[in-house]
Amino acid sequence: MFRNQYDSDVTVWSPQGRIHQVEYAMEAVKLGSATVGLKSKDYAVLIALKRATSELSAHQQKILRIDDHIGISMAGITADARVLCRYMRQECINHKYSYGRNHPVGRLINLLGLKMQTCPSANFYDCKAMAIGARSQSARTYLEKHLNEFKDCNLSDLINHGVRAFAGTLPNETKLNNKNLSICVVGKNYKFHCLDETELEKYITAEIVGTQPTSSASDSSEVGVGRTERHGEEQPPTLNPQDPTPAEPATEDRRMQ
Amino acid sequence: MMSNNGVNFAPFWHNGPAPGSFYNFPQNNIKSNSAIDEYGFQRNGGPITTGTSIVGVKYDKGVIIAGDKLVSYGNLARYHNVDRVFKINENIILGMSGDYADFQFIKQYIDEIILSDFSADDRIVLKPKDLYTWLTRVLYNRRSRFNPLWLDMVVGGMQGEEPFLGHINIRGRSYTNDVISTGYGTHLALPLLREYSEKGPLNEETAQQLIQKSMEVLFYRDCRGYPKYSQANINANGVTVSDHEVKQNWDLALSIKGY
Repeated sequence: MFRNQYDSDVTVWSPQGRIHQVEYAMEAVKLGSATVGLKSKDYAVLIALKRATSELSAHQQKILRIDDHIGISMAGITADARVLCRYMRQECINHKYSYGRNHPVGRLINLLGLKMQTCPSANFYDCKAMAIGARSQSARTYLEKHLNEFKDCNLSDLINHGVRAFAGTLPNETKLNNKNLSICVVGKNYKFHCLDETELEKYITAEIVGTQPTSSASDSSEVGVGRTERHGEEQPPTLNPQDPTPAEPATEDRRMQ
Repeated sequence: MMSNNGVNFAPFWHNGPAPGSFYNFPQNNIKSNSAIDEYGFQRNGGPITTGTSIVGVKYDKGVIIAGDKLVSYGNLARYHNVDRVFKINENIILGMSGDYADFQFIKQYIDEIILSDFSADDRIVLKPKDLYTWLTRVLYNRRSRFNPLWLDMVVGGMQGEEPFLGHINIRGRSYTNDVISTGYGTHLALPLLREYSEKGPLNEETAQQLIQKSMEVLFYRDCRGYPKYSQANINANGVTVSDHEVKQNWDLALSIKGY
């Protein structure tokens, strides 16, 4: 059959100017379960669906604490995320030791030269809200629709928004419970911390009952993309019909979270 | 790769960065230290060209640091008109006493930090407390290697709205205070400064007068003193570095007889 000649290595460009290995890796990220991040003017919230590799095992951690003021959530290969996590923790601790203050987040991401959002391509974006991972498009649609409300939300409204965005990404047979949901918060004078099971229960119930966040007023205007600033390359190009599409990736990969 | 006080972290990939590899302190890497040769390891034996006292005073809205403009070679007044008080950036002023070569060495690294702040262009800048912590770490690091940087430094500046004044010595011991002095100044100027500062916060004018008086006393009594001095003043309006001279009065000399 037809074989792609231009995906043999990360240094190989296709005649259309694309690096297929990087694009394959970006496809692989979509195998991980979804995770949503959003922020108001005082808080940033990360929400993720934890997976268990089997009925017998515990749920794998999806959100990792880096420092008092930074945490990361990942979709993709857990082991790779842990490598980056170790790196960032080390940098933060070094910075605190050397200068006696927290490592500025922007500087850390710059240093990492890698994802704040998706991207094995090492693009990074400063986002008002973002969702990555499997079926994350529905969450992004929700986030784009309610983008203008987030800024003035209080913490619980912000989390409610996040959970509602997140609920759309769930696989059919999966129900949210306090074991597979993970919510972490960081804010002004508010150290990074993950909600415990009773707190999670509160937001899950709110989602099931369908409580509207109190501040939900205007969803009149369709808001465009949620990016305030963009570094690096243009958006990943849409597939060009001339290029062979990457094969449908295997769906059951135990390393994926 | 040796980094981080000799703790070895493996790089993430071949020839890639290792955790902490971006935050090496100056000359942290013993292995590549050029001081090692076939005769062994050369340590800092003591100060050669030195600057004498620095005086620092915090007032209600800012900080003044002053130091004379002489760099001595032992008892010889070797280099005149040398600055020992510096503006580091819009938030920080720094005064040095001790070995001038060691200071030039460390100043390169400080300037590097300021330059990388500028290059990052993210409006995050070094604050006096950051530099104070960093210098404490570096000097303590070096003394722990039995190879200290022969420096006594005074860091001043604006930590946001608040004035900041701190002192770091050769062994990386550090403290903050309203009035600070190094060298002979601890004996000659500090009692004078404390007499005023302990009565309550000073205003800019009194601080200015105190500095002037201290520099005068230091010139008369410290045999490595010098009448010309520079001072840096920092407050919400920014930094000003200016040159001054002690008004000398030798009328008294005529009455000294019998030598």
